[in-house]
Amino acid sequence: MEFAFIIEKFILIIVVFVITLVIAMYSTLAERKVAGFMQDRLGPDRAGIFGILQPLCDGGKFFFKEEIIPAGAHRPLFILGPTLAIITACIGSAVIPWGQALTIGDRVVELQVADVNVGILYIFGVVALGVYGIMLGGWASNNKFSLMGAVRAASQSISYELAMGLSIIALLMVTQSLSLKEIVAQQEGFVNWNIWAQPLGFLIFLICAFAETNRVPFDLPECETELVGGYHTEYSSMKLGLYMFSEYINMFVSSALMAAIYFGGYNFPFMYDLGLSANWITIIGVFVFFIKIIAFIFFFMWIRWTLPRFRYDQLMNLGWKMLIPLALANIALTGVFIILKDKFF
Amino acid sequence: MQSLSNRKKILEQEPMNFWERIYLPAIFKGLAITLRHFFMKKNTIRYPEETREYSKNFRGMHSLKRDELGRERCTACGLCALSCPAEAITMIAAERQKGEENLYREEKYAAVYEINMLRCIFCGLCEEACPKEAIYLDGPHVPPEYLRKDFIYGKDKLVEQPFINLEELSLNK
Repeated sequence: MEFAFIIEKFILIIVVFVITLVIAMYSTLAERKVAGFMQDRLGPDRAGIFGILQPLCDGGKFFFKEEIIPAGAHRPLFILGPTLAIITACIGSAVIPWGQALTIGDRVVELQVADVNVGILYIFGVVALGVYGIMLGGWASNNKFSLMGAVRAASQSISYELAMGLSIIALLMVTQSLSLKEIVAQQEGFVNWNIWAQPLGFLIFLICAFAETNRVPFDLPECETELVGGYHTEYSSMKLGLYMFSEYINMFVSSALMAAIYFGGYNFPFMYDLGLSANWITIIGVFVFFIKIIAFIFFFMWIRWTLPRFRYDQLMNLGWKMLIPLALANIALTGVFIILKDKFF
Repeated sequence: MQSLSNRKKILEQEPMNFWERIYLPAIFKGLAITLRHFFMKKNTIRYPEETREYSKNFRGMHSLKRDELGRERCTACGLCALSCPAEAITMIAAERQKGEENLYREEKYAAVYEINMLRCIFCGLCEEACPKEAIYLDGPHVPPEYLRKDFIYGKDKLVEQPFINLEELSLNK
């Protein structure tokens, strides 16, 4: 491997990492702002103009809080829990294609950290790992509420991963590829976006993404009214901060994934009709991609301040009795459409 | 069970139809409501910079009034103290001396006039009892203090600021 390649990837990784963290950081502010606005309030606006310094203050506060590890806790696992949660949240963004290739001089720089040919499976693996952080943390706390939160998280993520996987299968039947780069590249322009081919699949995927990131209305693992704080009841200081942060990073990564596989990623309408050079299309594409991601993050928050939390049996009913049959039907329908399309068009 | 009051109603609850069961229309309705609130005018009053206005008949801190010549109106008759249901008002009367006509309107005045703001219930009966129109509850709310003794307001806090009168200022010095 040549040296320039390593440097290039290194820079890209740093940039993606920083952007992920900054967006996650400002998601915490945005969440409170959105909550405020939807409840006819202003939200935090004292730290800096429009509350722009609030995340820094929160982070500083987290660092200076006393750190308490309960006497009965399993120390190594208690520390491993939030570590694993944040690591798995961060590595998910590795396979997401942020833009087309950028040509600098005679070098072609791919705006994707790793073009894994089974990118979607990689993301699934990482998402499935994510629940270990919650499970370990909840179990190691030696607290019944934490344990219940952890058990809920585990069974919830298993239930919804099934429906999520099935909705993806229908998508793969359309795209004929597992590589995210390939999938995004296919959705050129506006009419080729996968949302038009897979509206039902997208709906199922969206619901499952809410469940996988433990967001309202599926935030039963940390349900305050029943479980004090759920899996992070015993956590304090920056460990709690890491758990919260990993939730926001998960939200960012799943928003990016949804924008990439269903909403065309960096593609935007009339991208080749404007007479722009390839580099400009790439740069605009990256911006468009981030606008889509931010729209999805806003949607996550919008849902949070609209819907109440599910009851646990309702959650399981929805997962097993509604979404899985629906996803299976979606696969069958997609197959029928593909055959019809081959036969008659 | 038999209804004794005859007001028992049997609620007819129809099973949910298809659109109600898939929840999506209801969810979209909810989303529309929250989005509308997102763009609504906010009720927040950013407190230290902005303050909410008091209503017109708000009864707050007392003030002892002066007449049009800047003389204290209070004649220490004690009717306010008598009418006070919380026994918050005390005073010591004194006789006006020669040369003090510009300070006190009547021949008798309150040398000490104290209201205990912790006892006061802001009912406004002193205001109604006063024959000289000397006391009104027209101030803002009582500010917080650290010590109980600071809530006993004397004349220094109660008497209305005099009109700026240079002659009087030089006399006081």
